[in-house]
Amino acid sequence: MALEFEPIAGRYATIELDGRPCRLYFEEAGRGIPLLCLHTAGADSRQYRHMMTDEAVTRHYRVIAFDMPWHGKSFPPAGYQDEEYRLTTEAYTDAILTVADALELDRPVLLGCSIGGRIVLNIAARHAERFRALIGLQAADHQTPWYDARWLHRPDVHGGEICAAMISGLVAPQAPDIHRWETLWGYLQSGPGVFRGDLHFYREDSDYRDRTGLIDTARCPLYLLTGAYDYSCTPEDTIRTAEAIPGARVHIMPALGHFPMSENPERFRRHILPVLDEIRGA
Amino acid sequence: MTDQEVAAVFERLPALVNGDVPLVRRGRYLTTAFLIGAGALPVLVAVREGAIVDVAVSPPPMRSWRFAVRAGADAWRRFWQAVPEPGYHDLLAMTRFGAARIEGDLHPLMANLRYVKEVLEAPRRAGAGGGDGA
Repeated sequence: MALEFEPIAGRYATIELDGRPCRLYFEEAGRGIPLLCLHTAGADSRQYRHMMTDEAVTRHYRVIAFDMPWHGKSFPPAGYQDEEYRLTTEAYTDAILTVADALELDRPVLLGCSIGGRIVLNIAARHAERFRALIGLQAADHQTPWYDARWLHRPDVHGGEICAAMISGLVAPQAPDIHRWETLWGYLQSGPGVFRGDLHFYREDSDYRDRTGLIDTARCPLYLLTGAYDYSCTPEDTIRTAEAIPGARVHIMPALGHFPMSENPERFRRHILPVLDEIRGA
Repeated sequence: MTDQEVAAVFERLPALVNGDVPLVRRGRYLTTAFLIGAGALPVLVAVREGAIVDVAVSPPPMRSWRFAVRAGADAWRRFWQAVPEPGYHDLLAMTRFGAARIEGDLHPLMANLRYVKEVLEAPRRAGAGGGDGA
């Protein structure tokens, strides 16, 4: 029997970010409207593998995801061995726009989860004209820290184990085990200090309460979808954020947590497909 | 559930944990004593290489422990539901929303976080909280 390959294709390219060449890993599947997807903190683009194999998505959308520098199969930039990784709003925004330009994407839809959902709000406020629509999963304008992130990177606690154990409860109880543990594997595999470095952005450099009022959803539609079991970005956080943005579309997803696309793809598609259909029909 | 009923569930931890081979293996580098607050009732749990070797409700005075996990009886009841409601489905969810508190020397807890969480969840897997699908 012939081997049945998935329709996902992966490639590498070196792109200059913040003045330094970065070898990045990209995956994509499908044809049509470009849909650029951003993974969560401390994880990688594998979180989108189910969307990339869902024909209801890929027959209309070219789904693209890339591993941020330091994440997944993208290397950290040369010299990383002496650096403390710290993501910032400026670097994250620049990475997204640079990748979209490098891939010559024409007004893509941007979808991001968690830190990716947060940066979508900055994109919505500052760079909306470059996108067809914006989708924030587990997105809010700021977050009150709920644990001491220093536990995530120290020599006497295993980094992968603690990252996964710290976020394991963000997966909803209804998630099928196979998807729960695949989601957690991304955290178990994460490089030392990478999750913590992403949280620097999430906690210290992305309080967007000053810019949600700048978002013009008439220019670029904004959808905010949050899982009910997420206690990091709670449904209340997302609803509060949306209340400051006229025209933002909010949807709370029952029985889903912080990683809807990877923890329970069957449930998530019921929520994301109508959004993608609406964007396509606009 | 009363505090006493919650403490009685924790008294079953040796039976719930020690036969769970993968769970004991995950805790094999942990030998410690930690305290559970079952409402107002203290429950001292002794762990040796991942096995629960003693559980003492209202232990004698001056016993040492490294870290404590405290929650009210109602919070533990919700935590053990087969499908817990949001906010009660994970130890850290409960601490985030103030239903539980973690105190003391957190290092042994953090270095073995998955193990400790799964020990505390063992009554849920055994159906202690009721609900569907236990």
